[in-house]
This record gives sequence, structure tokens and C-alpha cells, in this order.
Amino acid sequence: MILIGERINGMFKDIKEAILNHDPVRVEYWAKRQTEQGAHYLDINTGPTVSPEDAPAVMEWLTKTAQGVSILPCCLDSTNPAAIEAGLKVHKGKALINSTSADQAKMDIYFPMAVKYGAALIGLAMNEKGVPKGAADRTALAMELVVNADAYGLPMEDLFIDPLALPANVAQDHGPEVIEALRQIKMLADPAPRTTLGLSNVSQRCAERPLLNRTYMVMCMTAGLDSAIVDVDDDLLVNAAAAADILLNRNIYCDAFLKTFRQR
Amino acid sequence: MAVTIVKERWTSKVTEVVIGAEPKAVKLGGETTMPFLHFEGGMPNRPKVALEVFDQQPGDWADVLMAPFADVMGDPVAWAKKNVALGADLVALRLVSAHPDTGNASPADVAETCRKVGAAVDVPLVVIGCGVEEKDAEVLQAAAEALAGKNCLIGSASTNNYKTITAAAMVHGHNVIASSPLDINLAKQLNILITEMNMAANRIVIDPLIGALGYGIEYAYSIMERARMGALMGDKMLAMPVVCFVGQEAWKTKEAKSPTAESPQWGDQAKRSILWEVITAVALAQAGGDLFIMRHPESVKQFNAHLDVMMKAFTY
Repeated sequence: MILIGERINGMFKDIKEAILNHDPVRVEYWAKRQTEQGAHYLDINTGPTVSPEDAPAVMEWLTKTAQGVSILPCCLDSTNPAAIEAGLKVHKGKALINSTSADQAKMDIYFPMAVKYGAALIGLAMNEKGVPKGAADRTALAMELVVNADAYGLPMEDLFIDPLALPANVAQDHGPEVIEALRQIKMLADPAPRTTLGLSNVSQRCAERPLLNRTYMVMCMTAGLDSAIVDVDDDLLVNAAAAADILLNRNIYCDAFLKTFRQR
Repeated sequence: MAVTIVKERWTSKVTEVVIGAEPKAVKLGGETTMPFLHFEGGMPNRPKVALEVFDQQPGDWADVLMAPFADVMGDPVAWAKKNVALGADLVALRLVSAHPDTGNASPADVAETCRKVGAAVDVPLVVIGCGVEEKDAEVLQAAAEALAGKNCLIGSASTNNYKTITAAAMVHGHNVIASSPLDINLAKQLNILITEMNMAANRIVIDPLIGALGYGIEYAYSIMERARMGALMGDKMLAMPVVCFVGQEAWKTKEAKSPTAESPQWGDQAKRSILWEVITAVALAQAGGDLFIMRHPESVKQFNAHLDVMMKAFTY
């Protein structure tokens, strides 16, 4: 199970100020801490307060700062193609682009970009009409992403399809649909595309957020979830991922399995 | 009609371990795919073969096995030299005299033998204790010191005595055999315990305690195969090369020991016993074995002839 650490995001106060003051300290702190906690990727998001003109420079700075202290690859998180490309240009190793939707105009931008920079790409199973309700409709959009991966020459393992988790309080009926969509997405091609989720979305504005997050993660792992954007400071969540990997025979058991799961 | 050959794409590889010193240093491991699949990945290091030397006349070897060594058996130095002449890539020195039941030799005595054998041959040395865990902790410490700087492979460390043996290997610059009883989970855990002592992961060789043909070989095969796939998929704690004690196991069997007169329906003992050792080795090479500790020079010859063919690079 691949964990994408969510903390370097301008929506958090300390990162927002770090960006404003061009001060690397908090960015480096969270890069190192998430690496120690067992993240496989560092999500890098400039946040909502950075303007589209400034976003590329900020993305470049955040990527360089994070990779200055961590060996981990970055998940470049932005709706701004120029910002994504700015991050890709300075990225060391294989990046993960977060994300494209299933709109052809967006796919025409991001698939060639991923291929050009040798990056992997997160594809959201949604378009300008929004997030569909049923599993089959999500899978239909996933198929668009798969077809474009094939056409543009992106290896199927480098496509991470996100069937989009929605909050369990206001969109409770989506919960099982996402799980079924994960199963169907894994059957779309051979080798299958990979899958991801913005896990924290499932518990937005709910009580018992950590419990909902880790329970849903394990349920989804069984249905074919390969990765998720999570809070890696949540030890119970990371432990649950480690345990689920053992229980699904994806990682060979040893008594110290909680320790080895976190080693990079 | 052209056929697309499906190739597996592994994301990781087996660690490379170096035993001994130049110019005769031996490299184990480094594979980037399953055994001998040269069209799909790399097998930079051919499996290596060691012949055994006992530091005391073995009591229970079949005549067929003693014959090639009749002239050297009382003398570990002469025996080691003969093994090199017979084509062994390494010499495996067994410190059986240290066993409480067969001499209970002191660590000092054992150290002297190690020093002499180490000075007599330039191929890398594997040094094996007497098999009694507490005695081996002292004996292997003395052996490691006596052979300091020669980058030997010392064995075997198990969950009960790995601390002293690993410490001795680290201090005197050797590699360590990590032994677990046909249990992949214990094998992984032992590697974790050893690396937690700050022993480098590329100084460990896994001994799964293989069984010979007819005596548990398929269990060993499945563990080795599963561990190898784990290694190729990124499991660092199972990415070590594997050692197979083929000689010891094959020559224990009734099929190897029973004289022709006693078991005529099994055919000539000389041919049969060597076949038993060779087939055990060949099967385990297919499972990913990197280092083979063998006993009969004819078995070594036949196994190497097999490896000559198996190591030929090919593509489709």
C-alpha cells in the first residue's frame, strides 16, 4: 500500500506562512517528518491563497525544498498545468502528477506531460459534469482515462485512477459505489491501472475522522486500492495499512511488520 | 505470425554480496529477475560452488564420498588445497572438532586451524561452526578473529545466537549466514534483527535450511521462490542471496548411503549418490540458490556442466 503524505499544503497555516515568507523551515520539517512516518510520496500543494501567476514559482520552490531533505518523490498537486510543469522540471526521480479529470481537454494536456517527464499521473473519475453516483458511471469515466493512457503511451501502472471518495455524512450512498468502482477499474486493462483516493474526504466534517479514514482505507484496499493521500502522522492509519498488506498477502509476514512497512 | 513475448517487470533486485578478497573474490546475487530468465533481466553472478573441509576425520561418510579425499582427510590444509584443485570457487571449513561430543575443541585450537587454512588457499572461505548454538557463539568469535580481514562468510547465526556471531563478523570484517528452519517469516525477522545491529544488509546470506530431494526439497523450493519474488518486488529484508547446504543434506539420505549390495533395486551407489546431490543442487538453483556447499567433486563437475548451459544468455 502506497501512502502519499498530505501535509505540505498551503491550506495549513504554517505552510501558507512559509510560502508567504519564503521560509523553508516548516516545509523541511514536514518533509522529514512524513518520510520518517513511512510516506512513499510527499504531496505538494500551493494551497488556495497563491495566485495562478505565482503558482509555478511556488510549486518549484516547494518541490526543491522538500526534496532537499527527503529522498521521497513528490505528488505535484495543482489544477494549474504551468505549476505542475514547473514542479516536474526540478523534480528528482519519478513524480506523480495530481491530477487530470476525464475531460478530454485536460487529458490532452496532462497525459503528454506525464509521458514527456516520465511521471505517473492521477486521473479523477469525474468530468465537468461532476462526480457520478454509480460505480458503473465512475468506471465508464475511468475507461476514458485508460484509453487515453494507451493512446498517449503512458504505461498502465503509471496511471492512478481516483474514483473519488465523498463525505460519509452527506454522501453516504457513494461509499459502497467507490468500493465497487475500485473492483471494476482493476478489470479495465491488463496490466491493470493503479488506483488512489483522497482518503480524508470520506470523513470531511464527520465525527471520529481517524476511525472513518482507516476503516474505509482497509475496506478499499481489499477492493483494489493501491495508494491514498493520507495523514501519515496518524499511526493507527499507517499500522492498519501495514496490517492490511500482510492480511492480503501483499507483503511477506515477519514479527516486525509494522517497522518494515515504514522503512524506505 | 509474430508472438509478443510477455516480460515480467520487477521493480527491485537481489543484493550483491562479495565474499573473500581480490583476485579470487566471489560475488553472489544481483539478480533482477527469476532464475536463468536471461531474456527478461540480469543474472550478473553465476551460482557459486564450495567444497567442504572438515577439521577432523568425518565418522560417517560413505566410502564413495571418502574416496576422492582419502589422501588428505586428516589434514585440513591439504584438504582445502585439494578442493581448490578440484575446481571449488570457495572452501567451506567445518569446525566439527568443536562439538562437545566429538572432541570439544577449544576456541583457541579452532582459531589455529582457521589461520592455517586461511593462509593456505587464496579462494574465499566459508566457516561453519559445530552446530551447537552456545559453543558456536565462542568458536565463531575466535574463528572470525583468526581470519580478520579476509572477508569470509561465517555461519550460522540463528535467532538464539545471532548477536555474538554478528558482532564478531562486524568487528573482524566478515559476512554472516543467517539460518532459519524452513520458515520465511523467521528468515525475514532474523535479517531485521541482524541489520538492527547495524550489520550492512549486503553482508548477509540467507540459509533456509534446505532439505534434499525426497526429504523436504519442495518446501525449501517454495520458500526460496517466494522470498526471491519478494526481493524482486522490493522487500529489502528478503533481498539477500541464498546458500544451500546440498552436500550435507544429500549425503545424509538412505539413497546416497546405502551400498549397491544392500539396495540393488536402486542401482549402483556411486552413480546414485552423486545423482542425488546433483539433482538437489539443480532443483534449488532453479529456486534461486546462489551459493552451493557440496561434497563430491564429481557432483560439482556435473552441476557446473549444467550451469554452463543454464547461464548462456538468450533472447527471443
